[in-house]
Amino acid sequence: MTDETTDRKAVAMSTTLERAPGGPPQTPEVRSDGALRRSSDWARRAPLLPALIFTIVITQLPFVATLVISFMNWNAYYPDEIGFAGIDNYVSVLTDENIRHSIIVTIEMTVVVVLVSLLLGMGIALLLDRKFRGRGIVRTMMITPFLIVPVAAALVWKHALYNPEYGLLNGALTWLWGLFGSDNPPQPDWITQAPLLSIEVALIWQWTPFMMLILLAGLQSRPLDVIEAANLDGASAWQIFRYMTFPHLRQYLELGGLLGAIYIVQNFDYVFTITSGGLGTANLPYTIYQLFYQAHDYGRASATGVVVVIGTIIIATLALRTVSSLFREETR
Amino acid sequence: MSATTDVGPVPATRTQQGAPRRKRRERGNFGLALAAWVIGFLFVVPVLWMVLTSFHSEADAATNPPSLAAPLTLEGYRNFFGAGGGPSPWPSLANSLTASVLSTVLVLLLAIPAAYALSIKPVRKWTDVMFFFLSTKMLPLVAGLLPIYLFAQVSGLLDNIWLLIVLYTSMNLPIAVWMMRSFLAEVPVEMLEAASMDGANLTRTLSQIVAPVVAPGIAATSLICFIFSWNELLMARTLTATVAQTAPVYLTGFVTSQGLFLAKVCAAAFVVSLPVLIAGFAAQDKLVQGLSLGAVK
Repeated sequence: MTDETTDRKAVAMSTTLERAPGGPPQTPEVRSDGALRRSSDWARRAPLLPALIFTIVITQLPFVATLVISFMNWNAYYPDEIGFAGIDNYVSVLTDENIRHSIIVTIEMTVVVVLVSLLLGMGIALLLDRKFRGRGIVRTMMITPFLIVPVAAALVWKHALYNPEYGLLNGALTWLWGLFGSDNPPQPDWITQAPLLSIEVALIWQWTPFMMLILLAGLQSRPLDVIEAANLDGASAWQIFRYMTFPHLRQYLELGGLLGAIYIVQNFDYVFTITSGGLGTANLPYTIYQLFYQAHDYGRASATGVVVVIGTIIIATLALRTVSSLFREETR
Repeated sequence: MSATTDVGPVPATRTQQGAPRRKRRERGNFGLALAAWVIGFLFVVPVLWMVLTSFHSEADAATNPPSLAAPLTLEGYRNFFGAGGGPSPWPSLANSLTASVLSTVLVLLLAIPAAYALSIKPVRKWTDVMFFFLSTKMLPLVAGLLPIYLFAQVSGLLDNIWLLIVLYTSMNLPIAVWMMRSFLAEVPVEMLEAASMDGANLTRTLSQIVAPVVAPGIAATSLICFIFSWNELLMARTLTATVAQTAPVYLTGFVTSQGLFLAKVCAAAFVVSLPVLIAGFAAQDKLVQGLSLGAVK
């Protein structure tokens, strides 16, 4: 946290330094008396306030309420038993086998999807960073998966691709085996045999384009003259990648990874559509949804929500640090 | 190479060594271009398959191995739009459009002044404010959903599209503030000051100095907010029912029918994704900047 505050101070300082040569507009403010300054401060703040107040009311108040409810015994099916519960909900959440399992599922899903789509995204970004015929078309093809509505994409994966009888995957296997004269192709039931992996593959398909776009932007912001020089000095492609491209890409990898993690941790659409949380694939968002929307166990749902928030704060602290370092460069 | 540069006739050595090396590189380039094409194609296959299947008859859609060259038909689309009975998707598409467009307008109305107060005439500690907006985006929606649900239940706002509009506004506002700030930061401040010294009025300053720089940014921001609202499922699913349900909620509910439905599902997925595809390709150049909250240009 201390690093982060110094980061922010650095941002603030660099901007004041930047503004200082502009001179004149700043001097009258320093000389003016308190009242004038205060009114000009408010004039500056006024355009910001509606957005700020709106955000605080709509996003922060519900969390306060969640925190309060998490200490209550509140199940809508038993309206007579509403009352204070202390930390009972937390105890039951952290000892509940299903919820603990859903914490593990969430972590596994996030790590696998983010890492694989980052690696794939980087490989594809490196391929697309070169000039070749039809580069624009390939780029457009690559972006397309990200522009399919998540529920729609999940439905297509579930029914048109994974379906064991007429999905494209098994269809392709039949066709391939048929080429070699075999009429006994393997026809796995993908979702039943590998439920979590099925969800992860579909998510990777949708998120690789996102990583690719961020990393491609990173590659294209490299200082080309330096790489040219290294090339002329006889540095190998691997050396250039290892000592010049990769260090430059690092912050973009971090940014992509952390933004991706924020979205994947919260993923609901795919779990809901592909397995309905069955076969051990329920992640935390799905479990909370089930607890409050189907079981109406408001106290435990809220306690689980608070656990998720605490987990997210840990990731978010890291994320903020990365974004603030990028941000500082931009302000310079 | 570095040794030869020390010795002397640099141009000569370079041309001698350059020729085979260039040839090798060209062959390598062809291989890499081919790899890019193959990977790009693999990523787009599920989408192409979805579109192709949506134009097949139900019988042709459910064959194994797949029938690629089956005759095309609009049967899937006719079924999706209610020819085969069942609820029509039009009300939910209309709801999605209302929620996405109105929340995007609200987001812009709130975000543009805020971004102005964070870039052109920044408030003190403006970076803290920026990070506050960002941090709200990181808190998982699902953790605050229950109180909103209870509030909606008590106040009679369940199944009301306006509740979604307000929530989508708050969901996208941080993204829009970050994006708009990064665009407004490109407005030349010296020109603004010069204009105000020359006595140019606000409308002229806005239309001649600010608008040309900011208009593409506003367009990109609106498209991205539109996409996120259009895609949203969790809140729509918990807070709406029959009246205000959006297109994603409609999609989750309609695969309950018996019999063959693959062409219909693909048609539905394609129709519902079409606005996002259009908005996304329109914003293609600014997509990265938007998705990375303006951090990457």
